[in-house]
Amino acid sequence: MKLAWHEWRAGFRPGDILVIGGGLAACVFFALTFWQGGVARWAEVRAGGKVVARLSLDRPASVDVDGPLGQTRVQVEPGRARVLSDPGPRQYCVLQGWLSRAGAVAICAPNEVSLRLLGDSSAYDTLNY
Amino acid sequence: MTRSTTELPVTNADVRIARYAAAAIALSVAEAAIPLPLPGVKPGLGNIITLVVLARWGWREAAWVALLRVFAASLVLGQFLAPGFFLSLSGALISLGVLALAQHLPKRWFGPVSHSVLAAFGHFSGQILIARLWLVPHDGIFYLVPVFALAAVVFGTVNGLVADYLLRHSPPRATPSD
Repeated sequence: MKLAWHEWRAGFRPGDILVIGGGLAACVFFALTFWQGGVARWAEVRAGGKVVARLSLDRPASVDVDGPLGQTRVQVEPGRARVLSDPGPRQYCVLQGWLSRAGAVAICAPNEVSLRLLGDSSAYDTLNY
Repeated sequence: MTRSTTELPVTNADVRIARYAAAAIALSVAEAAIPLPLPGVKPGLGNIITLVVLARWGWREAAWVALLRVFAASLVLGQFLAPGFFLSLSGALISLGVLALAQHLPKRWFGPVSHSVLAAFGHFSGQILIARLWLVPHDGIFYLVPVFALAAVVFGTVNGLVADYLLRHSPPRATPSD
């Protein structure tokens, strides 16, 4: 038995194409709805363990935070955030560059400032190594 | 030996349902041998028979065939009353509900392919529902929804085409419905 393509194509009726199209649209919709977990929405800045700023990642902003060593500057752009400058000696948090995933953290330990990105729901409560 | 006093007359419909159900059970069992990447994503070949019966003999007989398949296939595979059985049962019930509505779509525009895709969506909705309420009571399960939906579109389309092919190539229905 040989199955020609036109034999199969005869199985499609106009409405069927509509239903399949609708099904694919539903797939895209579900993917957009349920696979957004890793997208960061907020930047949370802490100093000395206390939250001092919570910035939306929708629009550019910057915030200056004072710590024991001096001023740390955090910069926010749509969808990402970074520690722009820090008085700490080793500059680790600055060298980390832009953070864009929910849960990402940059810690400026000497100045007791941290920057953390948050999604709509947190992916985990704590991490330990 | 005394003859049994109870008589169970076997109608043509009974024989037909038994035959179709046997075909559906065979397909389900054969399908269980196919290795699958993700639990829950499978072609659902047994549903081809449900679609054929729906188109030829109506919803009532299709429901009989689908439910007999769920029960008998799970018995054969040793899954009866196991979680997989309840997933398949809820999927079958919801997709039968969907088919009850879909069969009234105008025949000129919507064929077995539409029925199949819609029923496949019904099937995975039923499974996700049971899985979320009972097996994995956590929203993490919804992470798999796009995968299931894509599988529903792909396998639904293929099953629908096969059902349509079978319908076009089978002899016209001979027995009057009774």
